[in-house]
Amino acid sequence: MKKLMTGNEAVARGAWEAGVKYASAYPGTPSTEILETIAEYKGDILAEGGVNEKVAFEAAMGAAIAGARSLAAMKHVGLNVAADPLFSMAYTGTNGGFVVITADEPGQHSSQNEQDNRNYAPFAKVPLFEPGDSQECRDMVKEAFRVSEDYDTPVLVRMTTRTSHSKGIVECGDRVEAGIREYRKDAAKYVGVPANARARRLVVEDRMRRLADYSEASPLNYVEDNRSEVGVIASGTAFFFAKEVFGSTASYLKLGFTHPMPAGKIRQFCASVKKIYVIEENDPVIETQVRLLGFDCLGKNLFPFCGELSSDILRRSVSGACFDATEADPAKVVPRPPTLCAGCPHRGFFYELGRRRNVMVSGDIGCYTLGFAEPYNAMDTCICMGASISAGHGAQQVFDMRGDEKPRRVVSVLGDSTFFHTGINSLLMVGYNRSRTVNVILDNRITGMTGHQQNPGSGYTLDGGRAPDLDFEALARACGISRVRTIDPNDLKLVKETLDWALGLDEPTVIIARWPCALKRFSPEDKAEFAGAFQSRYRVDRETCIGCKACLRSGCPAISFDSAAKKSGIDPDQCVGCGVCAQICPKSAIVRE
Amino acid sequence: MVKSILLVGVGGQGTILAAKLLSTGLMEAGYDVKMSEIHGMSQRGGSVSSQVRYGDEKVHSPVIEVGGADILVSFEQMEALRWLRFLKPGGKAIVNDYRIKPMPVVSGKVEYPEGILEELRSKTEASVVNAAAEASRLGNPKVMNVILLGAAIRSLGLTSIDWARIIRENLKPAFVDLNLMALEVGMGLV
Repeated sequence: MKKLMTGNEAVARGAWEAGVKYASAYPGTPSTEILETIAEYKGDILAEGGVNEKVAFEAAMGAAIAGARSLAAMKHVGLNVAADPLFSMAYTGTNGGFVVITADEPGQHSSQNEQDNRNYAPFAKVPLFEPGDSQECRDMVKEAFRVSEDYDTPVLVRMTTRTSHSKGIVECGDRVEAGIREYRKDAAKYVGVPANARARRLVVEDRMRRLADYSEASPLNYVEDNRSEVGVIASGTAFFFAKEVFGSTASYLKLGFTHPMPAGKIRQFCASVKKIYVIEENDPVIETQVRLLGFDCLGKNLFPFCGELSSDILRRSVSGACFDATEADPAKVVPRPPTLCAGCPHRGFFYELGRRRNVMVSGDIGCYTLGFAEPYNAMDTCICMGASISAGHGAQQVFDMRGDEKPRRVVSVLGDSTFFHTGINSLLMVGYNRSRTVNVILDNRITGMTGHQQNPGSGYTLDGGRAPDLDFEALARACGISRVRTIDPNDLKLVKETLDWALGLDEPTVIIARWPCALKRFSPEDKAEFAGAFQSRYRVDRETCIGCKACLRSGCPAISFDSAAKKSGIDPDQCVGCGVCAQICPKSAIVRE
Repeated sequence: MVKSILLVGVGGQGTILAAKLLSTGLMEAGYDVKMSEIHGMSQRGGSVSSQVRYGDEKVHSPVIEVGGADILVSFEQMEALRWLRFLKPGGKAIVNDYRIKPMPVVSGKVEYPEGILEELRSKTEASVVNAAAEASRLGNPKVMNVILLGAAIRSLGLTSIDWARIIRENLKPAFVDLNLMALEVGMGLV
């Protein structure tokens, strides 16, 4: 049966066909749809939203040790969070097959860095697959489960944004039940005390030697011989870009299983050609191996080491030119930066926060990171998930050491899902070590940026089941913060008063700004709690408007300025009636319809 | 022979759905197909593209290169210019006569550029269609995407594929009739 699938859908399909019983993930572009698609195989696979990547990894690890084929998926930076169990599970090995998907982001379409997670494979001493299109995603995930069980090891599968989000035709198969293996207590294997782990260390080295033989024999590492003096070694999507450029003018060594690498096949291929191109995205992982084997090649000295590859980039690198193009007048193109949506509950909060002076805003990762941009300019840092509260804590401690008459105050800001991800640990640090930081949880009742996944605060599970209603205030108090308030962020006066209250205290505070994302599909509980939300519209009374542009400082995409008439206007198709602009207007010219 | 179709617009305009219907139809007609899109943070109200490549031989890359598109379908005026360099010289452009103001225009920092359609017509064979007006006439501005899909299908000479079936099988029943009308309207625009 043939189906048109994204790489992410094909990973889910491969997992289902392989008889997977348990999967968990924390959402993150470009990996999010893997678990969402697995959740559609309800009944065959238990799919659970993990609160962060480490927890998701560990839940799947436990499921695998208990005997089920299990999978964890995450974006590249997520594997940093889950690196701790990865490195040690490489020693213990598994029982049921265990596969970890890492979705990397060459080009950083939606990420804070461009790390090449292939480097984790030799570092953690685990085998690595690199699919390049949807068919390979399905095929390699199935093979990865076999390798995991045959060699008793966690297996890493490296996707990239293009593999994850491109569609291709996939020849699918049926599910083959793998059952649940017998669980046997085995402390020497699973209890990582030094005496046991030192013995497992040798097992790991032996396993890597046997996996090198597997790599040598694997049909996933194959030669396409076009009787050319030019040889291309490539992996992942880069192989398909290379095929586009070189066609049948080159011979190819396509690598689908890249750790350990097939040294024999590489040596033989390199000896059969006169000129060698190594084409891979980001770090020179394959190239380094080729050079270690004693062959000179064209790699990162020719192709870019950062950003996404594409066939035109390869073409330009190889021949100095790409196809002729139709050029347009660049003066006629205005940038289109991302913006907070009309009705976004973060708007009112950032509008007020951006007016504060002598504060440092310690930010975090989510839609609300856009608070750094014009017109709010209300964020100083955004580094990694959950760091807002802990980095803010450290910064406040230092600002308070300086002896300034009015020390700079820190406001730490993060979303509900990011708070559950790693923000809770950070808040414990604040409660325990007592920095006088203002800690703000922008609770928009959903994980917004990745496309609306439920989380432990939203009251629902991944499959739509009811979960406990988490009490944010009680949680903050339990972390040692006694000053806690919950507010409606669309009420600018209340936001201002609450910031005054928090900044007036010499102890840590928590503010929960609670209002749903404007794009959220309301649950029955949302409908009861936020009755009337997003059901009205505002308009500008043109007679009253004096053209002062104050409303534009809301940064709402529904408001625009008519420079001929010198009046503001609101697009009725976009406005959802949050009312923030009406509170900003000094002449009350913005009225509810 | 592999052909490349580039659909561009602004996040929320439905380029992804149009590309999905197009790719599904092409697959069922027996072509090899690859489709690519990027979604995530940069697309929140930002510039978006969906790329479809198909052929009677194997399609390797899912990504259209600069100067590689046979046809550019732009759901918004200025986006056509932003992506124009991906069009082959002599390639065809279908442009929706519709403007979505980006933040620098909304905030009054710059004006929305004038003369875009003239610039396009001077550089390439451009068909300007008013899918927004047609969609309003059908009673739902959201079907602009399927109207533009219809125009693209006609331009590509792919009308022999049973698109009505593709729409029926891939959309919610409540939206099927409306989208069938939109497809018909779109095919009549070029």
